[in-house]
Amino acid sequence: MIEVVNISKHFGTKLAVDQLSFTVRKGEVLGFLGPNGAGKSTTMRMVTGFIPPSSGEARICGISITENPYEAKTKIGYLPESAPLYNDMTVMGFLKFCADVRKLSGSAKNDAVEKAIETCFLTSVAHQSIDTLSKGYRHRTCLAQALLHDPEVLILDEPTDGLDPNQKYEVRQLIKRLGKDKAILFSTHILEEVEASCTRAVIVDRGKIVADGTPAELIAKAPNGSLTELFRKVTTTDTAA
Amino acid sequence: MNTLTIFRRELKSYFAQPTAYAIIVIFLILSLGLTFTFGEFMRIGDASLEYSFFFWHPWLYMLLAPAIAMRLWVDEQRNGTIELLGTFPVSTWSAIAGKFLAAATVSLVALLLTFPIVITVNYLGSPDNGAIISSYIGSFLVCCTFIGMTMLVSAFTRDQVVCLIVAVTLCTLMVLGGYEPVTRELAKATSPATVEAVTAFGIWDHFASLNRGLFRLQDFVWFASFITLCLVGTSTILSAKRA
Repeated sequence: MIEVVNISKHFGTKLAVDQLSFTVRKGEVLGFLGPNGAGKSTTMRMVTGFIPPSSGEARICGISITENPYEAKTKIGYLPESAPLYNDMTVMGFLKFCADVRKLSGSAKNDAVEKAIETCFLTSVAHQSIDTLSKGYRHRTCLAQALLHDPEVLILDEPTDGLDPNQKYEVRQLIKRLGKDKAILFSTHILEEVEASCTRAVIVDRGKIVADGTPAELIAKAPNGSLTELFRKVTTTDTAA
Repeated sequence: MNTLTIFRRELKSYFAQPTAYAIIVIFLILSLGLTFTFGEFMRIGDASLEYSFFFWHPWLYMLLAPAIAMRLWVDEQRNGTIELLGTFPVSTWSAIAGKFLAAATVSLVALLLTFPIVITVNYLGSPDNGAIISSYIGSFLVCCTFIGMTMLVSAFTRDQVVCLIVAVTLCTLMVLGGYEPVTRELAKATSPATVEAVTAFGIWDHFASLNRGLFRLQDFVWFASFITLCLVGTSTILSAKRA
């Protein structure tokens, strides 16, 4: 599970994340919503241990990411926003490298790679060089990397970005299925996605949580029963800010 | 060991692209070509490689070592893969060590492929093979120093061209710094203390003694501390950039 306690991040004088606290339990899928620049990615980067928080703490399965990063990182599968990959490798080579990093070896490594390739529908491109892949395949290769070691915690930064409608549907179903026995935190701009696959959602605006609840609760709070209206009501547009 | 995993990936990546081959071939052509032309290996008729062959190495490394090492952190930062690496259970140190060793291995392969010149000089005369071995060690250490330097520069920027230009400039200064004609001119214009400071930064002093077959502890300490300093610097820059 993921516990985030009063986490903040300053970039110079700019406050990107302001005293954010939330918990994602096992079996929960938390949707992380908010306008561009609300601090979603920054929060995720702090939770995964990529950047240190200015204050506050994140714990993964009870292990502090700042005090014991090595242990905590073994429990996390992370899909960064831009789905970065090593372009000079093949899909298979890349996943095998990730398996090595995750200390998988022998048949466990081969099984994990096979399974990740199957789950993310990469069989047809498994031996293709990554720099020749289309955006959807790149995204799914990076997702496969996050699922590879069957982590207890999944953190996905816009997992459906750049996918076609069929792929979007598949990924949502996958998140829903995996969410049964993992703690998942994922960010999105697409509000239907929240209803489709989240058990709970928070809306973040300018580094603060402005709404929190199950999709049904959020819809009940909304002026005319639509998440879009609620989103527009509680968040600031960048033209207004 | 994660250092080994990173090392293997980096090394594979060098040989999956033309980078390593191009650098190795260019190094072989230039180092052997210079030996037989400007190095006047045949005309001098001395069974030694010190001036005809090893003399050229620092001049070649100051251009080629940055070409080998510039992609190490530049590519990670430009492609965003640093975010993957930073969230894998891999310490920054393992990543730095793995990458450094991979670049050093490429240069070692290039260096070892110059072995025909050793056979040639042994066939033509009877050279001091101990001195040749220590020259090879010295040459490799100079290259590692430049790789370390380039790695430090590559941590600063996500632009390959900037990294290459800055690293080549710094390496050139290190080659020129202790080069005798330069220090002689410098001695005329400035104080002895300045000359000493510039010479200390240069590589010739340390390379030259190994070139003559002299194993001095101070040279190894100089190379080791310079390389360590570069790697520690890289780690500091990478951490500071994320904060």
